Amino acid sequence: MSSAVVPDALGHFGPYGGRYVPEVLMSPLEELEQAYGEARRDPAFRNELQSLLHHYAGRPTPLYFASRLSESLKGARIWLKREDLLHTGAHKINNCLGQILLARRMGKRRIIAETGAGQHGVATATVCALFGMECVVYMGEEDMRRQRLNVFRMRLLGANVTAVRTGSRTLKDAISEAMRDWVTNIATTHYLLGSALGAHPYPLMVRDFHKVIGEEARAQALEQIGRLPDVVLACVGGGSNAIGIFYPFVPDSGVRLIGVEAGGRSHKLGDHAARFSGGSPGVLHGAFSYLLQDEAGQVGLTHSVSAGLDYALIGPEHAWLHDQSRAEYVSIGDADALAAARTLARMEGVIPALESSHAVAEAIRRAPAEPEAVYIVNVSGRGDKDMDIYRENMPELDDAD
Amino acid sequence: MPTETTTRIGGLFSKCGASGRKAFIAYLTAGHPTPAHTASLVLALERGGADLIELGVPFSDPIADGPVIQAASERALRNGATLAGLLDTVVEIRRRSQIPILLFSYLNPLLKYGFDKVARDAAAAGIDGVLLTDLPVEEAKDPVARLRGQGLDTVFLAAPTSSERRLRLVAEHSAGFVYLVSRTGVTGERQSLSQAAAPLTQRMRELTRLPLAIGFGIGAPDQVGEAAKIADGIVVGSAIVHFIETHAASDELDRKLEEFTRHLTAPLRVT
Repeated sequence: MSSAVVPDALGHFGPYGGRYVPEVLMSPLEELEQAYGEARRDPAFRNELQSLLHHYAGRPTPLYFASRLSESLKGARIWLKREDLLHTGAHKINNCLGQILLARRMGKRRIIAETGAGQHGVATATVCALFGMECVVYMGEEDMRRQRLNVFRMRLLGANVTAVRTGSRTLKDAISEAMRDWVTNIATTHYLLGSALGAHPYPLMVRDFHKVIGEEARAQALEQIGRLPDVVLACVGGGSNAIGIFYPFVPDSGVRLIGVEAGGRSHKLGDHAARFSGGSPGVLHGAFSYLLQDEAGQVGLTHSVSAGLDYALIGPEHAWLHDQSRAEYVSIGDADALAAARTLARMEGVIPALESSHAVAEAIRRAPAEPEAVYIVNVSGRGDKDMDIYRENMPELDDAD
Repeated sequence: MPTETTTRIGGLFSKCGASGRKAFIAYLTAGHPTPAHTASLVLALERGGADLIELGVPFSDPIADGPVIQAASERALRNGATLAGLLDTVVEIRRRSQIPILLFSYLNPLLKYGFDKVARDAAAAGIDGVLLTDLPVEEAKDPVARLRGQGLDTVFLAAPTSSERRLRLVAEHSAGFVYLVSRTGVTGERQSLSQAAAPLTQRMRELTRLPLAIGFGIGAPDQVGEAAKIADGIVVGSAIVHFIETHAASDELDRKLEEFTRHLTAPLRVT
């Protein structure tokens, strides 16, 4: 593992990351970078964020020993980091609270965001309501159809949800549309990007706002288990919950970090979102990283039963951790993720989000071979938002009367 | 840094400079509505008075573009447009025209094709320069060296919001001309030329002797005339792409585009 500080001044994690955007977006990114640099050194900013995370969002979240699941697998002892218990039901609120404080500091009164599954959109609408800011959420028309309940939640919170009808009408098109809005309204608007993606300083900033997950988990492991875990698992779409829990463990070379991508329904381009096995380095939305693309360099379509993992590029810091062999990346298909959700629900009384179910599935898959090991799985969100998809895929439960 | 290059772009601007004429730069999305249309549309633009062609490489995720060019890119891709096919089209155009051609692209299709290979193949096909929308000047050194190594001009964008430091880097890395984005926002037609255009032109003149072209939001003859008062070149993009889209099904698309271009360039002929 190289000891070089990442990212560098231009936002590079090794060769990855950077700021590949049109010139018109450079000044807002430079303004954001400067404002964030000042904020992160300001104790008042840190204190206010910490207070909100504690009193409003509900941190710290528990590290919980999944005893029945572990016993049933006769293998590794599996601990769950319960981000699903946070306000709004997922880790996304950590980053939204940080960025809304930053937006207020910068004098921006209008917030825009993209959302895929709707979790980031709901978290953004929530913090905008909390701070009395205008909120516009871009969402692909196809995702709005798949996630109707979250669309309603955002509207209930006062957000204006704008349908995106270009391209594949999913998350990547919503990000493009948010970037176009931003470039048109830079004076008044902050773009509250929801994953460890995009141009510098977003991957750095989003990681910083989520690293509290790993810091808590590490301290809790030492206190509750008496030692560090052997393995930390998290699902990876853009990669925010994964980088949040991985980052504080990176210096602990004995802790294996495993990111779980969406294997979708097959290995064919368009049927999955496994960027390391199916992609190659390229640029999307301002960052250079592993990208699903065709032979002409057009961005590939993706599929996952979980909308939150359904994105063609992996966050650049993950690309760097991958190339340094500091983290490993595997993929889990739709069917195994659905089965894992059901297992966790029945063994532990925890219904995970479909995204998190991918990490749970990988833990279940490898636990029997490692009876001495301690795993921490990041349960990044709860499954309430996915009830329609769970119902569709488990018809036998729906017809049980 | 030389102010004139040996490409057709350099030749055009030195000719314009000598005669006091302003260059009309026409953008079109290559492969729109189909790859088979592109060569004859370029020739129609030339007959209508275009002095330089920006040939846009369609990309799946065009973050800097408004709805018109987004839709054209989608249509071109659906109809099989590729960078390799575009280079073949340029070879075809070169049999009949020596109009300067600037390749206008997002970074990823070129990264995938390979920078050295694209530089070699573009130069061999008869392309004169390359503009990469999302290649920031901080990362430009190596790509610029590769492209210039094959005799291609490299054009960069400057925006009203660009800092002094960035404008210097834009000047340093550009050859052929500098493209001034007249306003913040995405591509697309607007009612009037932005107030920001003139101050940006002035700032840039202090940093470079390269010709300056203004684009973004220009789509009508009076705007062309207004821009010509301050810049050396005027870029019209979305208005042309929109015109092509509107008349795509017409048997007389080429003739109509030629007329439309003549209409747009009229203010540049009156001296």
